[in-house]
Amino acid sequence: MIVFTMLNDRFILATNLSLMTQQTVIVGTLAIAQTLIILTAGIDLSIGAIMVFAQMTMANLVVTSEVSNVAGYGWPAALAIAAGILIAMVAGGVNGFLIVRFELPPFIVTLGTLSIFTALTLIFFKARTIQGPEMPDAMTWMGTTFKLGPFTVMTGVLVMLAMYGIFAFILRNTAWGTHIYAVGDDPDAAELSGISTGRVLFSVYCVAGLIIGIAAWITIGRVGSASPNVAPNINLDSITAVVIGGTSLFGGRGTMIGTLLGALIVVVFQNGLALAGYDQAPRVLAVGVLVIAAVALDQWIRKVQG
Amino acid sequence: MSTVPAILSGRGLVKHFGRVVGLNGADIDLFPGEVLAVIGDNGAGKSTLIKCFSGAHAPDTGTMEVTGQDVLFRSTHEARLAGIETVFQTLAVSPALDIAENLYLGREIRKQGVLGTAFRMLDRKRMRAEAGQRLQDLGIGTIQNISQAVETLSGGQRQAVAVARAAAFGSKVIILDEPTAALGVRESARVLQLIHDLRERGMPVILISHNMPQVFEVADRIHVQRLGKRAAVVTPSKFDMKDAVAIMTGALEVDEADQALGPVRTPAAV
Repeated sequence: MIVFTMLNDRFILATNLSLMTQQTVIVGTLAIAQTLIILTAGIDLSIGAIMVFAQMTMANLVVTSEVSNVAGYGWPAALAIAAGILIAMVAGGVNGFLIVRFELPPFIVTLGTLSIFTALTLIFFKARTIQGPEMPDAMTWMGTTFKLGPFTVMTGVLVMLAMYGIFAFILRNTAWGTHIYAVGDDPDAAELSGISTGRVLFSVYCVAGLIIGIAAWITIGRVGSASPNVAPNINLDSITAVVIGGTSLFGGRGTMIGTLLGALIVVVFQNGLALAGYDQAPRVLAVGVLVIAAVALDQWIRKVQG
Repeated sequence: MSTVPAILSGRGLVKHFGRVVGLNGADIDLFPGEVLAVIGDNGAGKSTLIKCFSGAHAPDTGTMEVTGQDVLFRSTHEARLAGIETVFQTLAVSPALDIAENLYLGREIRKQGVLGTAFRMLDRKRMRAEAGQRLQDLGIGTIQNISQAVETLSGGQRQAVAVARAAAFGSKVIILDEPTAALGVRESARVLQLIHDLRERGMPVILISHNMPQVFEVADRIHVQRLGKRAAVVTPSKFDMKDAVAIMTGALEVDEADQALGPVRTPAAV
């Protein structure tokens, strides 16, 4: 951060710091779901597809043809949001069911559902973007901001931070949290210890769906519209945040706070390089180097610690 | 045969794994307060036999009884509820979790009141305190820090954690599958001492082992498994290691009259 401040003194300004938290909010929220799944030694490649499907569901349910170019259903906002979150939970549940019931690798299952949900979005909702002003205010409530001293705080950022707090607490202080670590660490040992590993896995994918649903609502607020093409790299970005945050892809090790820092680091890096005058391409390259360096450092530290 | 009822028994247990025969009509009896060793060649069905009782496998046919009641366990959880605790060969501990978390894995203590019921919060403090006490009771309080991750422990210490978990919760029977296979001499001696202590406390133990001297040291009766069946049950006082090996390989057959199919340890001593 010091380096970036030296490169461009706008970096450390309150306006830019506020902007960076807002840039983190989508990937940051999705990374909570990704962390839970990676802790069980799984992976979710369909996170972005489910999120887009959920937000398009919300938006299409809430609008009417009078204000928008789609047919719409004119549902109350609260109901539409709840339906979108429910859809995301069901989608997560489908992933979990396939993984548990048919013992398929999470990578394969979510690779498949990535295509399926992307296709469903296009089939049901075409490629139409629904603009924020077409929707009731509640739909974009997550994107509203307020002043806190020199900082501009976005509601969605507060919701994201609250969710980090809640899930960090759950992982640390509930049996469910302990079981997630145990299942990711050694599923056979967990099963022999009397843990129903299938039930734990299924519940994790459902809860991940819930988080993805909330992320969908946040995304509509942050972007100011519901578009099928929002955040195309979000799957890999969420995995990047989790990995940089020190969570092992082999499961059983990692923390929520690590993921939050991981998500922030990626955004700080991107934002800092952008302000230093670099284009998109070198910024993406830098994040790639960052991932490899972070994991290499993590491995090295573990080896030194023995 | 005796009138003392077996605490755990199996009759005609059969278990196939595809075309591989694990058990082919095996019987087993465990009487109160005794240490029953189960020995046999590789593939004789030792592990399969005890896994029926620890809930890891369900037998295809045959009956199992625990304290006179018919049982069939579909999971290790069900076996534990029936009071049977098993220390598996693979230990079934979670390396990244700490000692207290491992001891209570799958049966965590929740906080009293709303925090526990509604928020399902763990009572970490109580779990740590009780875990420490349990290790102390077993004379394995040498592990200084109960919040230490299990992966930082030596093989013997991990074994101690696994045995402590079984001893702490096993109300009726404790099953130990090859508890000393991966241990050094001193660590093995400590585990044998643990088995002695459990026996002193009147806890029935089933010990599976390849190690003949250890078996003859601690067992009251020795169940010899061969080709998926019980070949014989002998006492260390009547038979020696050479005989046991002969029974294992089929070179020696023992008359039922010379066997120890009934209890040898009087319940009064329990």
